[in-house]
Amino acid sequence: MKKLLIALMTTAAALSVAATAEAADKLKACWVYTGPIGDFGYSYQHDQGRLEVEKALGDKVETAYLENVSEGPDADRAFERLAREKCKIIFGTSFGFMDAEVKVAKKFPKVMFEHATGYKTGANLGIYNARFYEGRYVLGQIAAKESKKGLAGYIVSFPIPEVVMGINSFMLGAQSVNPDFKIKIVWVNSWFDPGKEADAAKALFDQGADIIVQHTDSTAALQVAEERKLHGFGQSSDMIKFAPNAQLTALTDEWGPYYISRVQAALDGTWKPDNVWLGIKDGAVKLAPFTNMPDDVKAMAEATTKKIAGGWNPFTGPVSKQDGSPWLKDGEVADDGTLLGMNFYVKGVDDKLPQ
Amino acid sequence: MDITVNILLTIATAATPLLIAAIGELVVERSGVLNLGVEGMMIMGAVGGFGAGYLTGSPWIGLLAAIIVGALFSLLFAVMTLSLATNQVATGLSLTLLGLGLSGMIGTSFVGQPGVRLPNLDIPGLSSIPVVGRLIFGQDPVFYISIALTAAVMWFLFRTRTGLTLRSIGDSHTSAHALGIKVIRYRYLAVIFGGACAGLAGGHLSLVYTPQWVENMSAGRGWIALALVVFASWRPWRVLAGAYIFGAVWIGQLHAQAFGIPVPSQFLSSLPYLATIVVLVLISRNKRLTMMNTPASLGQPFVPDR
Repeated sequence: MKKLLIALMTTAAALSVAATAEAADKLKACWVYTGPIGDFGYSYQHDQGRLEVEKALGDKVETAYLENVSEGPDADRAFERLAREKCKIIFGTSFGFMDAEVKVAKKFPKVMFEHATGYKTGANLGIYNARFYEGRYVLGQIAAKESKKGLAGYIVSFPIPEVVMGINSFMLGAQSVNPDFKIKIVWVNSWFDPGKEADAAKALFDQGADIIVQHTDSTAALQVAEERKLHGFGQSSDMIKFAPNAQLTALTDEWGPYYISRVQAALDGTWKPDNVWLGIKDGAVKLAPFTNMPDDVKAMAEATTKKIAGGWNPFTGPVSKQDGSPWLKDGEVADDGTLLGMNFYVKGVDDKLPQ
Repeated sequence: MDITVNILLTIATAATPLLIAAIGELVVERSGVLNLGVEGMMIMGAVGGFGAGYLTGSPWIGLLAAIIVGALFSLLFAVMTLSLATNQVATGLSLTLLGLGLSGMIGTSFVGQPGVRLPNLDIPGLSSIPVVGRLIFGQDPVFYISIALTAAVMWFLFRTRTGLTLRSIGDSHTSAHALGIKVIRYRYLAVIFGGACAGLAGGHLSLVYTPQWVENMSAGRGWIALALVVFASWRPWRVLAGAYIFGAVWIGQLHAQAFGIPVPSQFLSSLPYLATIVVLVLISRNKRLTMMNTPASLGQPFVPDR
C-alpha cells in the first residue's frame, strides 16, 4: 500500500511541475529533492540555494523543482519528466538518485546534469559534494569536551560512504580530545521520520549518552535533548530556535554560491561536467555560532575550524581501522577517492557497519 | 529501574497516535466504509494542531483544532463517497494525497518555528511516586484520551443498541436500509468520528511526540494504523494490543541497536511490522470468528433506492 502511495505521489509530484510558458531566452534550471522542502533540513537548504539562484540571476532563469521523490527506480521518471519539460540543467540532490541520473543523462545528451554526493560521472553529468566531514571533526571535539560520561549517541540514516565518513571524522575529533571517547550508534533507516528520530534520541539518552549527534534531517532529536536538559548538534539548518539551551552548534549547508556559479556557467555556455568537493574554506559547509559551552571549548572549536579552513584535513594519519590494522601512516592524508567510497570504521567505533 | 520506566513511557508515546487513528478507522470500517485517507487526515490534524497552538500559544486549543480539522477534512470524503457514491478506495487515496499536499502548503510559514508542547500530567504527590507514579499519573493527556477512547468504543460497539445498529449496517447496508435504518446518516457520523480521531492522532504528533511542524511528519503512521485495523480483525482490544506490540518492538529495536546487538539494522527496522503481523495473525487464527467480525459490506458504495 505504501509503495502504491509513493508511486502515486511521485506521479502527482511530476504532474505538478509548474507548466509555465517558457520564454525562449530563459534558461530553465531544475532541482530534484528527496525530502519535502519544508523539512527544515537537507532538502530545505538545497531549496534555499535554488531561491538564491532566482534572486541572483533574476529573469535570465526560470526554476522548477520536484520534492519528495523517493530514491531508487521511481527517481528515473522524475528526472526524465524534468528533461522533457525543457529543463536545461538539472540538479539531483541526493545520493540515491545516482543511478537514475546516470541513466537519464545518457538519454538526454543535451541536458546538463549535476548530482550531489555521488561518485558516477558522465559526458553531461557532473558531481558536486560538500565536505561535511570537516565540520563533523569539530563537532567531535566539542562533544568530547562537553560530555561528562565520554559517551555520545549518534543517530544515522543509511550506511552510505557520506554517513560513514561523518562518523569516522566525528570520532577522530573526539579522540583528539579524549582518546577513550565512545559512541553508540542507531540506524533509523530513513532520512526523514521525526518521530523515529525522537525515539532513537530517547533510547540513546536512556542508555547513558549525554550528547546527541545526528545525520538525519529533522529537529526532533535536538528537541529531546532540550527536554532532557542535555546537549546536541543541529543538522543542515541552524536549529537554535528549537533548542536554545541544547544546541552547541549546527552543521549547515550553503549551496547557493555553487548553484549560482553553475547556472551562470550554463548561461554562458561554459558548463562542463565537473567534480567538485567544497568544504569549510569555500563556505559550503558552515558551523552555526558556538553556544551553550564554556569559552575555552568555544576557542578550541574556533581554532579547529580555522585550521581546517586553512587546508588541514581531519583524515590525517596516524589513523587505524576499526580492527586495529593501520590505515594512514603518520602525516599521510586520505585521498578523496577512499573517502568517497568509505566503507569501514576507524578504531574506537563500537558498532558493526551494516553491509 | 529508571531506564525501564523511560522505555515504557517511550513505547506509550510511540503507540498512542497509532492507537487513536486505528480506533477511529475501526468505527468507520465497522459501518462498512473503507477510508484510506487516514494518513491525509492525520497530517491535516498535525498542521492544524500545530498552527492553532503556535498562533494562540495554547496547546489545548491546538489539540482541539487538530480534532476539528481532521473531522472537517473527513467530511469531504463523506460527501464524495456517501452522498455522491464515488469509489471509496480511489477517494480515500486522493484524500491522503490531498492532505499531504495541502498540509505542506498551509504549513509553509510554520517551518522552522518552534511550537508549543502539551504538558505531561502532573498530580502533586501522585506523579512523583517512584515507578508507577510517572507511568500512571505522569504521561501526556493524549495517552489517557487514547485509552479512554478504546474503552468507550468497545463499550459502544458491543454494549449499546446504536453500536449494534452501526455494525449491522457494516454487515449489510441493504438489509439495514430495508429495516428503516438511516444508513447514510450513520455512516456520515462514523466517518466524521474517524476523521476526528485521525486529526487527534496528528495533533499528538505535532504537539506531544515531536512538537514541530515539518512536511510529511506523519511518515506513514496513517498506513500503519490502517493495517492494524485489518490485522486486528476489527476488534478494539486487538487494535490496542497491536499498537502496543508495534510500539514496543519499534522502541526495542532502537535500544537493541544502541546496546550494540550484532543484528543488521535493516532487519531490526522491519521487525516491528513483522512482529505485529505475526502476533495479530496468531490471535485471529480462528477463521469463523474472523469472518464474523469482518464487515461484509466493507468498501461497497450504497445508494438508497428511494
